[in-house]
Amino acid sequence: MSTRTFRVWRGDAEGGELAEFDVAVNEGEVVLDVVHRIQAEQAPDLAVRWNCKAGKCGSCSAEVNGMPRLMCMTRMNLFADGEPVTITPLRTFPVVRDLVTDVSFNYEKAREMPQFAPPADLKPGEYRMQQVDVERSQEFRKCIECFLCQNTCHVVRDHEENKPPFSGPRLFIRAAELDMHPLDARDDRREAAQDEQGLGYCNITKCCTEVCPEHIHITDNAIIPMKERVAGDRYDPLVWLGRKIFRKGKAPSATD
Amino acid sequence: MSDNDINEVEHLACDVLVIGAGGAGLRAAVEARLAGKSVIVISKSLFGKAHTVMAEGGAAAAMGNVNANDNWQVHFRDTMRGGKFLNNYRMAELHAQEAPDRIWELETYGALFDRTPEGKISQRNFGGHEYPRLAHVGDRTGLELIRTLQQKLVSLQQDDEAAGESESKLQVIDETTITELFIEGGAVKGAFGYRRATGGFMAIAAPAIVLATGGIGRSFKVTSNSWEYTGDGHALALRAGAKLINMEFIQFHPTGMVWPPSVRGILVTESVRGDGGVLKNSAGERFMFDYIPEVFKAQYADNPEEGDRWYTDPDHNRRPPELLPRDEVARAINSEVKAGRGSEHGGVYLDIASRRDAETIRKKLPSMYHQFKELADVDITAEPMEVGPTCHYIMGGIEVDADTAASAVAGLFAAGEVSGGMHGSNRLGGNSLSDLLVFGKRAGEYAAAHASGAESPKLTEAEIAAAAEDALRPFGNEGENPYALQSALQAVNGRLVGIIRKAGELEEALTELAALESRIANVSASGGRAYNPGWHLALDLRNMYVCSVATAKAALERDESRGGHTREDAPGMDPEWRKINLVASLEDGEVRLTRQDVPAMTPELLGLFETAELSKYMTADEYGTATTDPSTTVEEA
Amino acid sequence: MTTTDEPAVTRSPRAAIKARNLRIDNWRRGPILTVLGITAWVAYATFRVFYQGDYWVADYHYLTPFYSPCVSDGCVPDSAHFGRFLPDHPLLPYAALSLPFLLAFRLTCYYYRKAYYRSFWLSPPACAVPDGHAKYTGETRFPLIGQNLHRYFFYLAVAISLINTYDAILAFRSPDGFGLGLGNLVLTANVVLLWCYTLGCHSCRHVMGGRLKHFSKHPVRYRLWTISSALNGRHMMWAWITLASLALTDFYVMAVAAGWITDLRFVG
Repeated sequence: MSTRTFRVWRGDAEGGELAEFDVAVNEGEVVLDVVHRIQAEQAPDLAVRWNCKAGKCGSCSAEVNGMPRLMCMTRMNLFADGEPVTITPLRTFPVVRDLVTDVSFNYEKAREMPQFAPPADLKPGEYRMQQVDVERSQEFRKCIECFLCQNTCHVVRDHEENKPPFSGPRLFIRAAELDMHPLDARDDRREAAQDEQGLGYCNITKCCTEVCPEHIHITDNAIIPMKERVAGDRYDPLVWLGRKIFRKGKAPSATD
Repeated sequence: MSDNDINEVEHLACDVLVIGAGGAGLRAAVEARLAGKSVIVISKSLFGKAHTVMAEGGAAAAMGNVNANDNWQVHFRDTMRGGKFLNNYRMAELHAQEAPDRIWELETYGALFDRTPEGKISQRNFGGHEYPRLAHVGDRTGLELIRTLQQKLVSLQQDDEAAGESESKLQVIDETTITELFIEGGAVKGAFGYRRATGGFMAIAAPAIVLATGGIGRSFKVTSNSWEYTGDGHALALRAGAKLINMEFIQFHPTGMVWPPSVRGILVTESVRGDGGVLKNSAGERFMFDYIPEVFKAQYADNPEEGDRWYTDPDHNRRPPELLPRDEVARAINSEVKAGRGSEHGGVYLDIASRRDAETIRKKLPSMYHQFKELADVDITAEPMEVGPTCHYIMGGIEVDADTAASAVAGLFAAGEVSGGMHGSNRLGGNSLSDLLVFGKRAGEYAAAHASGAESPKLTEAEIAAAAEDALRPFGNEGENPYALQSALQAVNGRLVGIIRKAGELEEALTELAALESRIANVSASGGRAYNPGWHLALDLRNMYVCSVATAKAALERDESRGGHTREDAPGMDPEWRKINLVASLEDGEVRLTRQDVPAMTPELLGLFETAELSKYMTADEYGTATTDPSTTVEEA
Repeated sequence: MTTTDEPAVTRSPRAAIKARNLRIDNWRRGPILTVLGITAWVAYATFRVFYQGDYWVADYHYLTPFYSPCVSDGCVPDSAHFGRFLPDHPLLPYAALSLPFLLAFRLTCYYYRKAYYRSFWLSPPACAVPDGHAKYTGETRFPLIGQNLHRYFFYLAVAISLINTYDAILAFRSPDGFGLGLGNLVLTANVVLLWCYTLGCHSCRHVMGGRLKHFSKHPVRYRLWTISSALNGRHMMWAWITLASLALTDFYVMAVAAGWITDLRFVG
């Protein structure tokens, strides 16, 4: 057991600052354990959001020494002896209190996109899908909605004005999941991703992938494939030229 | 509503109020909304974070996709055996019959389960299930379930929007805790609670309420449950006049992590064993072969060779004893540790590294692989895990009507872990996810029907003011820190009402709990009302307290050992006790216990079992004219 | 419930954390190395393509990739496998037909985009470190919307890689017929690495099978997608290795052509 100094941001929408706590740390502990100890022994009203404490629910997102992380999956042995540990709330979302932020942005964006569209001709129990065909979408369904990707994405983190047109990585993997779903009946997923969700804002700098605690290949397996699908539909120079010449509408999307 | 005035109470109304946004609550909400009712779902944490995400192995449903011999009758038999025949047989019957439809339905909501080569939903083996039965997605099935239902709710909201319906037809109010139910004339009429973010109060008028709040595990020190699991629904129901049954039966999952201390209790999925993992003691022995009880001897292999053959040829071999029902495995581990054959940190070894290749392990158990790698620095493809029992699930809960999920209070329904009866004295792994789907749907359906026949209730200013005063009391108290009191409560339960119990210790527990009562009543909260976890815990404590008392009392009363209730001073099952449910109710603030007959199975269902098997559990007069005289007490190994 | 039409922007503010970023690790290292690496390479490549000399080893038919295909009137006739039709001008590289497309292929490459957006453009310089610009519209408008043309530069890059492969095969020569020297190993290794980079490109992955909805109906394309995906997993590595291998190959050919060193010959 050793003692460490934790700096925890405390405050609310009116303002706040880093508060220092000297607190005991035991072998094998994670940051959330130490925050809980601060709460139990020094600051009972310290606001922190958490649930499963096993990296499965995605509640305890915060920034530890400047990096977006799940507090329950950040082991204390990550930090060198004597290195300070600074915990701040997610910067991209409005603060509620202390380490808790209002993440409703993400739920609103989810409500704006069409959900799974079941095929009209199949009844429950008649769905047949091959494992290789569901695996890509399954990777995205590992998402625990911790919103660390949304928080770290500079498109909205550093540019609040982009929030209305930009849905963010979490919703891009949802779009990819549905576009790659073997039985989803809609064929406008990629169009919606480009026009409604703001896929074009992404400059694939990959911070979403870097911070994903589920190790989902957000950029390589979802965002870039969606960009490629959009490119095929929309930015193919030959298709583009043909459309200019013949003034046709949008290109049909591939459904095979 | 005005954010400025914290004392102003937000008034809402709906047809069906669902308290709890886990699998059962969300499934109930879907059903009630599909029935045309306006629905409010109250979620204690954020939408989609409920404890259901922790379910790993899968959802049991006799679809027969992997082994065509499976059907609802076999599933029913397994469930009754697992529950040691204390189950509400009608619930077990409905559950076994309806689970496949509930799973298939999820696919139409967008769920993506793992597939068989024919493209059907793949099913995996699990403890106590005769055939591969658990629909799953790797080892994160609960997450798939909650996300699917969450997205279905959003899709229903979008349908409403497209149809020009008001947003209030289906609302999810997150990070909100209900502290009180309002009752009038023996029927519910609404609920009172607070928004965690602001501390603002809310009163919701509703003629039908579905409780789906999950369990009580947070009352134990070593638990796989999150902070939410404080028995809110159990306590709300008790205070509303409903009854709890089987509160003595608590499932200790045999395999929780034991090291490092900060992760003690976190679940290690049973799929590790279903996929080939074995339990070993410090001497390297597969000790489970020494712990096969008499009642299960026919179904479980008595030697490693046969057990190993079973994975590839289940039709001609018996299953390995690592896959015995959870209560058996948990007790066996407990005994090994007590006998001094435990692992370095007081557990036993769960070894899959020596049994399956690294690639298979990573593919089949991805989140276990990560969990151990990141939390314990253990590579499960190379070394064994250290595991030990952890408080996981309470079989007991609100007594409900099997078909309608209705409690004894008019308009009050319950589904999922908060309800009781379905699992008897012990739940089989995988039966929880299917339980919450089957009975979540039923609760939603019958709550909607109830709301159709009911008038819109009116809440009075007086009762709202009283509830508000109650909720604010900790701020005025000069008592103890809620975290310290929670620790004290957890310590009593863990030490005296844990996996192995004794009459003397249970009496001691009741004495210590009684001493905690006034301290809890006087618990104090500091700080403001906005997102104040100390205050939240202070309010949860009384729920944890009343559930703990109900459990300890029932555990003391039942002097036999059965399923999730083991009495060192009363080993073995007693067929006379099998006929009895212990029912807890609240009278003048005191938990009272009464005895009630377990509903008798119909002859058709009895006919699904061999007489010889029934004779191990029941008295002769219960299963008809037996030819031989069965022993009255079954000693467990 | 209150319903408001106010945009998210005017909601309650974010946490007022004084420090602009709180990272204490060495996050500047990545962007600095990227800037140094790319700048050095671009400087070298610029010098070489306008140098217009020491690109061809006549005895062994070594042609540096920076001059392939050599299509200027200024090219040594033997080095011009595809004819000479561009005017010889000091500002017109001898491989002026292929270089712009190779440049465009790499400029629009998903990995390089990440690398230069982070390092040269500081948008963002590192995760959770503030963007260096006040306004940001990403790749939604001209000119950056042109990044969507990556696929078509990929097709051209395949054609050019085929030419490089052809060059490497032709180089197994000596004045007496078949020959093998260290230069052949260098050229061949470079071509193999170029293929690893090109076939692991995200666009290639899309074309091979990524665009399909049902892999199970297209087993061959699924296999190709799997291979491309495996290469793609290390796309960044291939991107840097090929920059190095291109420069080293060119330097080797230049050194032999200029007579600074003699090729180490194994056969012929």
